[in-house]
Amino acid sequence: MKTSLTQYTDLYDTNRAVIDEGSAPVLNALRPAAREALAGASLPEKGDEGFEITSVNSMLAPNYGLNISRINIPVDVADTFRCDVPNMSSLMGVVANDKFVPTAGLLRNLPDGVTVMSLAEAAKAYPDRVASLYGTIAPISNPVVALDTMLVQDGVYIRVEAGVKLDRPLQIVNVLQSSVPLMAVRRILIDVDRDADLRLLLCDHSRNVGMDYLALQVTEASLAPGARLEIYDLEESTATTNRLSLTYVRQQERSAFLANTTTLLNGTTRNRYNVDILGERCSTGLYGMAIGSAKQHVDNSTVINHRAPRSVSNQLYRYVLDDDARGAFEGLIEVFPDAPFTEAFQTNNNILASTGAQMHAKPQLIINNDDVKCSHGATTGQLNREALFYMRSRGIPEAEARTMLMQAFMVDVINTVSVEALRDRLRHLVEKRFDGTLGACETCRLHQ
Amino acid sequence: MQSQSEILLDVRNLHARIGEKEILKGINLTVRRGEVHAIMGPNGSGKSTFSSVLAGNPAFTVTEGTATLHGVDLLSLPPEDRSHEGLFLSFQYPVEIPGVSMVNFMRAAVNAKRKYFNEPPMSATDFLKMMRQKRAVVELDNKLASRSVNEGFSGGEKKRNEIFQMAVLEPQLSILDETDSGLDIDALRIVSQGVNTLKTADNATIVITHYQRLLDYIKPDFVHVLYKGRIVMTGGPELALELEQRGYDWIKEENDAK
Repeated sequence: MKTSLTQYTDLYDTNRAVIDEGSAPVLNALRPAAREALAGASLPEKGDEGFEITSVNSMLAPNYGLNISRINIPVDVADTFRCDVPNMSSLMGVVANDKFVPTAGLLRNLPDGVTVMSLAEAAKAYPDRVASLYGTIAPISNPVVALDTMLVQDGVYIRVEAGVKLDRPLQIVNVLQSSVPLMAVRRILIDVDRDADLRLLLCDHSRNVGMDYLALQVTEASLAPGARLEIYDLEESTATTNRLSLTYVRQQERSAFLANTTTLLNGTTRNRYNVDILGERCSTGLYGMAIGSAKQHVDNSTVINHRAPRSVSNQLYRYVLDDDARGAFEGLIEVFPDAPFTEAFQTNNNILASTGAQMHAKPQLIINNDDVKCSHGATTGQLNREALFYMRSRGIPEAEARTMLMQAFMVDVINTVSVEALRDRLRHLVEKRFDGTLGACETCRLHQ
Repeated sequence: MQSQSEILLDVRNLHARIGEKEILKGINLTVRRGEVHAIMGPNGSGKSTFSSVLAGNPAFTVTEGTATLHGVDLLSLPPEDRSHEGLFLSFQYPVEIPGVSMVNFMRAAVNAKRKYFNEPPMSATDFLKMMRQKRAVVELDNKLASRSVNEGFSGGEKKRNEIFQMAVLEPQLSILDETDSGLDIDALRIVSQGVNTLKTADNATIVITHYQRLLDYIKPDFVHVLYKGRIVMTGGPELALELEQRGYDWIKEENDAK
């Protein structure tokens, strides 16, 4: 069977020296193992277990350019400030394709005990620190992780020292910009030490509307005992931007992890969250929403492994799909024999606003333990007709009533955001998305 | 007496069905400004269908007949425009809308109506002031006004909320569908007081009810009996009392015999 992998392994085999040269020894060290893992491997096809609607193989099939020789692609950093969240003071960094560009404000205001920098530079400056995390959470047995490991040259390294609580969110703006079809390969390492606290806002944007992009991103996050990490991941790109994002999280005791993944505009997106709860009394929240129209394709897949007692996990994903949009949610909670007193809940609700839209939902629960409280469920339906008529009977025009109902449907997901300014912002973006005024990211000017 | 005033609602030979089932089989009704009409009838006679069809519920299909509101062809308008033209339906079962706040709901309704009449949206201050004034009409708790529409409201609170919305929208014709179901005596008093307060010589009210009880509070000028999709009898307030005493069986017998 023909696999898209070959073009990447060929690229690596031919250009290994160039790739190594543009990166750092710690990252280069894992490439041979990744290459070996890919020998004879194939990428998931649509219909494979866990990939009911998404072909990773097809996502990787186009002949994208990779900037392995590190040609500088200028990015207007000031322009990304339009991603600023009103009333929220944040520390901002920009990732141009795969290259980390700090803003002056970030360098000036980063408090002691917090490191935010280019992964390649971090790997040179703190090789031991980076090596102790890199490749230790994301398994190279996954071909997409292996592909990322084989090709990645840069990304972001974030570390929060023990006890340090960042008083404001850190914001990383991922910008795809190129004059030729481009694939950006990134790795994000997040190391939150004992009792430290980090809230991270990730925003995905694309420049040059109509250009084909693929963002391949693997994130590894380590939460030490008592650590807290919240990731707010907002994708607002273009119809020709595809995204393959895999996030692996390792939680030690009493740590708290929350991820809120929002897809507003995109081409084809596959997000995977894989959380390993290794210590007692952890809390985990995976939340997400997707608003799809035209031919948007949004696939969220989650795995939460409860491997230690007395932890709580919650999941809530909601989709509103219109036109010919496609959505998938596959969630697996696995409670291991060593994890009594686990509480794990998972809910997925979807609204199909057109006859052309399709949703695939697969909630799964595997329990190997008697002392647990678990639930999972999924619903897919249409807008409540009675509510719609009730609103119209009060004079609210149908289109506006529909928008209000769809927005209301997302409220529970928005409310999982702990940063008030961000919650307001998300509410605003969702409102604009539903009333059609959120165009490609070029039009989402905040400071009008 | 009221027959001098202008015709507000004129319904002629109205037929409607849901799916293949015909429920309204030729309703004729004329309501003039300043009048209160009661429509009574046994369960399943088409009372709620009649109100739904007038309000434009897309679940029902009108197959024959006409309905005009101050001369405007109601049946050709979408529900929102019927509202703008002055029709209000107080629902038998007000719908809960989690995630939509009462404030946003009412603001959308008020401003949609203003837009329909080419008026600018109401300022936030004026809007909140009006909300406060109208709340007083039905003694609606401020706490309820800050919640999602009808969510977690008791039966009585939902009905109060309906009358509150009616106060805000100032309709010309209000249809109260079984407004008394689920009301305790206090709530019944407050709702009726609200309705009576809002009554003017220019507007009109249709009260749809199974029991006579509500009519002790809202005095009708005319009482109609709906049976099997037709108005089979019309009288004054005394007809409601007669129905209360004799029930509906004699109506059924008289009409089924025909």
